[in-house]
Amino acid sequence: MHSFNDIFETYNWDEVKASIYAKTGADVEKALSATKRTLEDFKALVSPAAAPYLEQMAQLSQQLTLKRFGKVIQMYVPLYLSNECSNICTYCGFSYDNKVRRKTLSPMEIMQEVAVIKAMGYEHVLLVTGEDNVTVHVEYFKKVLELIRPHFAHISMEVQPMDLEDYAQLTPYGLNTVLVYQETYHREDYKKHHPKGKKSNFKYRLETPDRLGQAGIHKMGLGVLIGLEDWRTDCFFTALHLHYLEKKYWQSKYSLSFPRLRPFSGGLEPKVEMNDRELVQLICAYRLFNEEVELSISTRESPHFRNNIIKLGITSISAGSKTNPGGYAVEPESLEQFEISDERSPADIAKVISQQGYEPVWKDWDNCLT
Amino acid sequence: MLKIADKTFSSRLFTGTGKFSSSALMEEALVASGSELVTVALKRVDVRNNEQDDLLIRLKYPHINLLPNTSGVRNAKEAIFAAQLAREALETNWIKLEIHPDPKYLMPDPIETLKATEELAKLGFVVLPYIHADPVLCKRLEDAGTAAVMPLGSPIGSNKGLKTIDFLEIIIAQSNVPVIIDAGIGSPSDAARALEIGADAVLVNTAIAVSGNPIRMATAFKIAVEAGRIAFEAKLASPVSHAVASSPLTSFLDA
Ligand code: SF4
Repeated sequence: MHSFNDIFETYNWDEVKASIYAKTGADVEKALSATKRTLEDFKALVSPAAAPYLEQMAQLSQQLTLKRFGKVIQMYVPLYLSNECSNICTYCGFSYDNKVRRKTLSPMEIMQEVAVIKAMGYEHVLLVTGEDNVTVHVEYFKKVLELIRPHFAHISMEVQPMDLEDYAQLTPYGLNTVLVYQETYHREDYKKHHPKGKKSNFKYRLETPDRLGQAGIHKMGLGVLIGLEDWRTDCFFTALHLHYLEKKYWQSKYSLSFPRLRPFSGGLEPKVEMNDRELVQLICAYRLFNEEVELSISTRESPHFRNNIIKLGITSISAGSKTNPGGYAVEPESLEQFEISDERSPADIAKVISQQGYEPVWKDWDNCLT
Repeated sequence: MLKIADKTFSSRLFTGTGKFSSSALMEEALVASGSELVTVALKRVDVRNNEQDDLLIRLKYPHINLLPNTSGVRNAKEAIFAAQLAREALETNWIKLEIHPDPKYLMPDPIETLKATEELAKLGFVVLPYIHADPVLCKRLEDAGTAAVMPLGSPIGSNKGLKTIDFLEIIIAQSNVPVIIDAGIGSPSDAARALEIGADAVLVNTAIAVSGNPIRMATAFKIAVEAGRIAFEAKLASPVSHAVASSPLTSFLDA
């Protein structure tokens, strides 16, 4: 059975990048007027040549999103279970070489956090850990899922990539969604940012969505960490990956995120800066390329940006997030993965959403359906 | 070039052998069509004495591949038996799977077709199933190991064209195997349209066989299919629906 790696290997980073930067206004106009957009159209839409067309892209993105999703925004919140990690990632506060106190929540602590999250109104939760197979392994996840499943309608996970058998074991425990970001599709740069640990295996990470598809996961999330490499090229590879997965694992749903590198303790300066205008361009390009994919925005972005992005094409948003284990109740001062940028409460965000004529949706799935 | 399983085709027009007023006319029309894949109903050929079979003798051209079909069977079990018979008699592991329990409209049975495809793929057949324009079924067939899918454009023999076009477009967009529009194509313009929207090939029989001049009509189809394919490759310009900026969505970026 072949995997995305076979397709990926037929592409050359520099050639893709050059072809994106060679796109012209005419290519963008063609992409805008197409009824079905191809990967070449996507390149045009993320190219510098598309900058003057941003308002038109935004209008189209809004129309398409309304057509498919209506006026609703899904609310979700992360629950950090652990900041232990045996990898070195140059951009992350949890990195192994960052000498800070480590913490993994016990069952009792998890329930304390859950109580706060539930009180905020959440039904969809995203479980996050560092990548440490000794403390946060399949057996730990099983226990956590068992514990929290009765309290949530939808459970997502953003943890270390696992083997097919592990995913297959976790789905019966109520795991609905798995997010796994490639960070960057630039092989050499990937090596530079992940010098040590299991995560340094580029191919294993690249093939994780294939394993998720084979395990029949309900939904998977893809993306890159914006700031590590040329974002236009990286996001093209994300689109290519999505395109492949959708055709092959046609029973799964997909979501995309576009996290921009954020400051954290001991942090790395982004190699590439992406400004707000460019992030809007990317969001619209994703929407124009794929009408069904869910687009998600986190509290990494500023309140001003988040207020205005609601109408542009995104479909889910987090609010009131803590990015440290125990951050909600148990140990508010433990180490954060990154600083958040929008501190407003879920109720405030819900109000902003309603004021724009949209409905904040807290529950949009039910475990009893899986 | 179109590739299905281990074969490549330079013509994207596939044809059938039924309904011609004579086998001589059939032969001439099929040659004029340039078709390289011709489907033959197993029930119509003399499988035990196929060296003498008039239909088969007329199709003995080096560029023509035979595609036996299972027309007449009503369930997976019968279809598998027919396929095995065809493999032996015609020395090909290609099979056009047609299962229609309903003798009036000849509607394909999706459940039996899926079952038979699974089984036949395991037995090493190159399966080309005739089905409804059902996108989910197409994906299920793909998972089952089909070599291509053959959704119908409109009821078989109806000459009504691409009545299922919305579903065909979805099938084409998400398929990992060639999509051949089978049934319902009534005119060369239907065939051109099918290729324009990205179908890999069309299968035409009735529209050629029962036309006023089957040989001329076969030629017309040949040209139409070529034109449709060129148009697809050249990427059609689509109708423009320019967005009207009522209240700008991006002005917040200037703040
Ligand atoms: S990004 Fe993930 S794997 Fe890398 S250091 Fe942070 S938690 Fe560990």
